[in-house]
Amino acid sequence: MARVLINIPRQIRAGETFAIRTLIQHGMESGYRPDGAGGVLARDIITSFTASFEGEEVFGLELSPAVAANPFITFSMRVQGSGTLRLRWRGDGGFDQSEVRQIIVT
Amino acid sequence: MRHVLALLLALQCLTAALAQERRSGFDDMARETQAMQREDAANPAMLWVDEGAAIWSRPAGAQGLSCANCHGAAEASMAGIAARYPAWDEGRFTAIDLAGRIAQCREQRQHAPALARESEGLLALAAFIGLQSRAMPLAPPADGRLQATRAWGEALYRQRRGQLDLSCAQCHDDNAGRRLAGSTIPQAHPTAYPLYRLEWQGLGSLQRRLRGCMSGVRAEPFAYGAAEMIAIEAWLAQRAAGMAVETPGVRP
Repeated sequence: MARVLINIPRQIRAGETFAIRTLIQHGMESGYRPDGAGGVLARDIITSFTASFEGEEVFGLELSPAVAANPFITFSMRVQGSGTLRLRWRGDGGFDQSEVRQIIVT
Repeated sequence: MRHVLALLLALQCLTAALAQERRSGFDDMARETQAMQREDAANPAMLWVDEGAAIWSRPAGAQGLSCANCHGAAEASMAGIAARYPAWDEGRFTAIDLAGRIAQCREQRQHAPALARESEGLLALAAFIGLQSRAMPLAPPADGRLQATRAWGEALYRQRRGQLDLSCAQCHDDNAGRRLAGSTIPQAHPTAYPLYRLEWQGLGSLQRRLRGCMSGVRAEPFAYGAAEMIAIEAWLAQRAAGMAVETPGVRP
């Protein structure tokens, strides 16, 4: 399991836009770097990120080998009421990590 | 005694005068990079801090002791600790740096497998412990036994080395603030280590940075944990005494 930092504002009001900030530990090996033995290091990157709120996708992103290690992804969203936010990172070599957080409207 | 006091006073005045001109590498960074360090949610080094906090309370070794079993909550017991290193090691009668102390504690007290220099675990613990001193002034111990180490460190700092025949001081004292290719030459104050360097795409120690500089001037770098490395660290800490700890920092 990769380490993940997720930042959700403490105060969220219904209908108001707020930012979710995420940081995940991942080497993002581009697939273009030489290894020590004359070959090329195999590509190992996160290829997609999705955020769903109450089962509905609210944000999606496709990542490329040009993205630096430990990708920092931030996006804004708006909710009418409290619910569950599911964040999912998928990538090469079967990488699949999900984090679930509660969004609580105050 | 009076001579010593006068000397101390003179030193203090000198440090105070220097303190006004000293700049952390942070001050010369791009705004975007500064923003990464300023905000924990955007600072990738916090991923390692998180890992360090986990290791702190994870039992290791034959007796199943964790760091927390002896030291308790790091927030209390480790506040200001990282700001004092390198310090004097009573057991080995030599100077020791924070990474060395962590590895020593792990081996001799936890009886756990040693953490290698620059390993992810050791960097994570050093970053976690360093964070507990954030915003505190660097406070090298007044221990007189460290004087020889610092003097040696200063000599190494001023010694020309490598095929380019450059000393640390020629860049970081004489030409600090000017540019070397595209980047500003910093004054080389070790206030933010271990730090996340964008070029490394990961966390690294001061010794990694020093080794990078040494191979940059085409000198043979000292090994990780070498006495020379710790001497240079001790001198740099003395040189930066009083500056605020920024651990875990971000640098370009």
